[in-house]
Amino acid sequence: MTVQPKIAIRDFSFYYGSHQAIQSINLDIYANEIFSLFGPANSGTTTLLRALNRLSDLVPKARTEGQILIDGQNIHDEDVIVTELRRRVGMVFEEPVPLPMSIFDNIAYGPRMRGVRNKAVLAERVEESLKLAVLWDEVKDRLHTSALRLSGGQQQRLCIARILSLGPEIMLLDRPCAALDPISTAKIEDSLVLLKEKVTIVLIPHNTQQAIRVADRAGFMLMGEMVEQGPAERLFTVPEDNRTSDYITGRFG
Amino acid sequence: MRLNPKTTQALAKAVIWGSALLVIVLLLFILLFVLIKGVPTLSWQFLTENPRDMGRSGGIFSTIVSTILVTLVSVAIATPFGVGTALYLTEFTREGLATRIIRFSADTLAAIPSIVYGLFGFIFFVINLNMGWSILSGGLTMAMMILPTIIRTSEEAILAIHPLYREVSFSLGGTKMQTILGAVLPSALRGIMTGVILSIGRCVAETAAVILTAGSSLRLPESVFSPARTMAVHFYILVREGISMERAYGTAAALIILILIINVGANMLINRFVAKNH
Amino acid sequence: MKRLLDRLPGFIFLLVALSALSALALIIVFIFYEGIPIIAKIGLGQFTLGMSWAPGKGEFGILPMIIGTVSVTLGAAVLGVPVAILTSVFLTEFAPAAVSRIVRPAIQLLAGIPSVVYGFWGLTFIVPYIRLWIGGPGLSVLAGSVILAIMILPTVISITEVSLLALPRTYKEGSLAIGATQWQTVWSVQLPAARSGIMAAVILGIGRAVGETMAVIMVLGNAVALPESILDPARTLTTNIGIEMGYASGDHQQALFATGIVLLVIVMSLNSIAQATLKRSQR
Repeated sequence: MTVQPKIAIRDFSFYYGSHQAIQSINLDIYANEIFSLFGPANSGTTTLLRALNRLSDLVPKARTEGQILIDGQNIHDEDVIVTELRRRVGMVFEEPVPLPMSIFDNIAYGPRMRGVRNKAVLAERVEESLKLAVLWDEVKDRLHTSALRLSGGQQQRLCIARILSLGPEIMLLDRPCAALDPISTAKIEDSLVLLKEKVTIVLIPHNTQQAIRVADRAGFMLMGEMVEQGPAERLFTVPEDNRTSDYITGRFG
Repeated sequence: MRLNPKTTQALAKAVIWGSALLVIVLLLFILLFVLIKGVPTLSWQFLTENPRDMGRSGGIFSTIVSTILVTLVSVAIATPFGVGTALYLTEFTREGLATRIIRFSADTLAAIPSIVYGLFGFIFFVINLNMGWSILSGGLTMAMMILPTIIRTSEEAILAIHPLYREVSFSLGGTKMQTILGAVLPSALRGIMTGVILSIGRCVAETAAVILTAGSSLRLPESVFSPARTMAVHFYILVREGISMERAYGTAAALIILILIINVGANMLINRFVAKNH
Repeated sequence: MKRLLDRLPGFIFLLVALSALSALALIIVFIFYEGIPIIAKIGLGQFTLGMSWAPGKGEFGILPMIIGTVSVTLGAAVLGVPVAILTSVFLTEFAPAAVSRIVRPAIQLLAGIPSVVYGFWGLTFIVPYIRLWIGGPGLSVLAGSVILAIMILPTVISITEVSLLALPRTYKEGSLAIGATQWQTVWSVQLPAARSGIMAAVILGIGRAVGETMAVIMVLGNAVALPESILDPARTLTTNIGIEMGYASGDHQQALFATGIVLLVIVMSLNSIAQATLKRSQR
């Protein structure tokens, strides 16, 4: 019996106008795993990530071919409500982007847009999300102070908590620790390992060491093509494709 | 006569510092002139009593009320249109023919002399729309005058927000309007308010456009349809007709103090917003 | 249906954004509508080049006012632009941070002073001293030029500053690196490089001076005759409207609107030239 993938990408191509950024990719990502998409700059990893929550819709002249199926449903279907999709599939960006409001308001932002008004419910969600993001203990006494005063690592965990308050099924992280020190990075990596019990995680690491540390499965992309994919341990030790081993050993970057 | 570079540097430096000093001196000269001659007239009574005998005696209360009302009307009308226009330019469209036309219109409006606004306001609001000389006519005319400023400063403020704020809001499932109301506007609020406050100062100081549209009645205005005389207009009339130099100075001092409060208040507000969010 | 609803906010905002265009269109339409008949009646040449403004006799020649506007504006530029440029250079190159923190708000404040206060100050200080020390009745083109020079300072300073700050730092650094003094760098490298922006600043300042009314009314003397020297009183296009609009009617009022047309044409032309110059400077 084969397990249905959480995310199924079938013959997917992405075009910015006439430039083809992603070349007919096929990929399966399973529920409750950490999947790492990696590759050199401009390989299409960010583009693919952003296609998963259709943030790519915001780019003018964006065009897609093929399918992305989440739980079997094509996310480009006519009756898919994009705003709903984005609540199910949350995203953390490369730099921590706290909104200019209090910690509480940051985390309550998503639920409030959804229509949640009940103060008790909001408070509960905020606490829960902060605990899952391993930030609660550090900020529980100053929930109503400005989020801009947090350190870089704390801000990024805030961004993680912000998504979690919507109860997503999938989390997309684009080089989340690129701007952070090693200690903050470790904290976030630990929280991701804990979080995968609840969500499916697709991560673009800022270096291959991070992927080696946290990923269950991984996929190597080069110039828009999915070169190789499979269990992380195998991919990073005995990759099948030369290009993969060249990249991992640093022959090119 | 060739001077060596060191000499020209010293000379130039002196002249340049002198020029800056001149600007400061002129400012102080004008401010102190008005304040020194006018503050003695400023008393609680002066500010809360209505003018009597065509302004020969009494205070300036009705003019203060008129100034506030005209300013209020004009800001209340111009701000939604100005901010809305800025939002259109930044959120709903890319640079193209439409944006060029809008910007050209705004820039041109900014260049039109206030007396021409007065002529327009008179023929359009006062006569054609039959609003008569009134706070409404004056306010609407002034709204057109301050519209370009609000558009420009709002657009600048909106463009200055963190480029990822919008993305964050969208990625949390926000619609365009939710993003504008929840992320864009709150972040740009400080800059937008600066523009609004600048415009308040402009309304308070304006004379030519107001005298032709709001009239010069000294009575306390009863509604936005009443004619009204603002402080600046009152000052002008007192001086032109030689009615009462003492009260003219008093009015001017009150005007200057109001403008100083607006300027200082604006700067303080900006700094407090900065402090709160950082 | 959903598609339509999605596009609704954009459509509403577009309508709002057309407010600026509508306002401009309204102004142009109504001013022209009121003023064209009199120009048609007496002829454009007779109107703009006619030497005699005597509403009582039905004569509406605005040449004296045009000359008045031109002389006062030119005077303002001659007096004000050098001070403005030097002050901009001060702010960008010579001023320590603490001093800029005082000078910049001061210039902002200068811009906020009501024009009637400027006029009154001019009446009290500039006019008598011109009369005393230089000659003439004091109420003169010279007095108007001085007041306007001060009033256009904020405009010219701010745009000149922006133009100077927009220059690549390498211009200045390159010059200093070969041993030029600060002033030599300013004079030979920075100011010439910012030429377009400075020109735009000056044109916008001139536009501001052309449009000013209240300050000028009080110090210009308002004689409806051609000023023959800068010590003579005069009228400008704006002050003519300002003084007579209170009691004009019929043809007279229309002639004032026609003067408004002339003003609109002048400032719109100046503004377009300035904007084009600014765009060129940004390349």
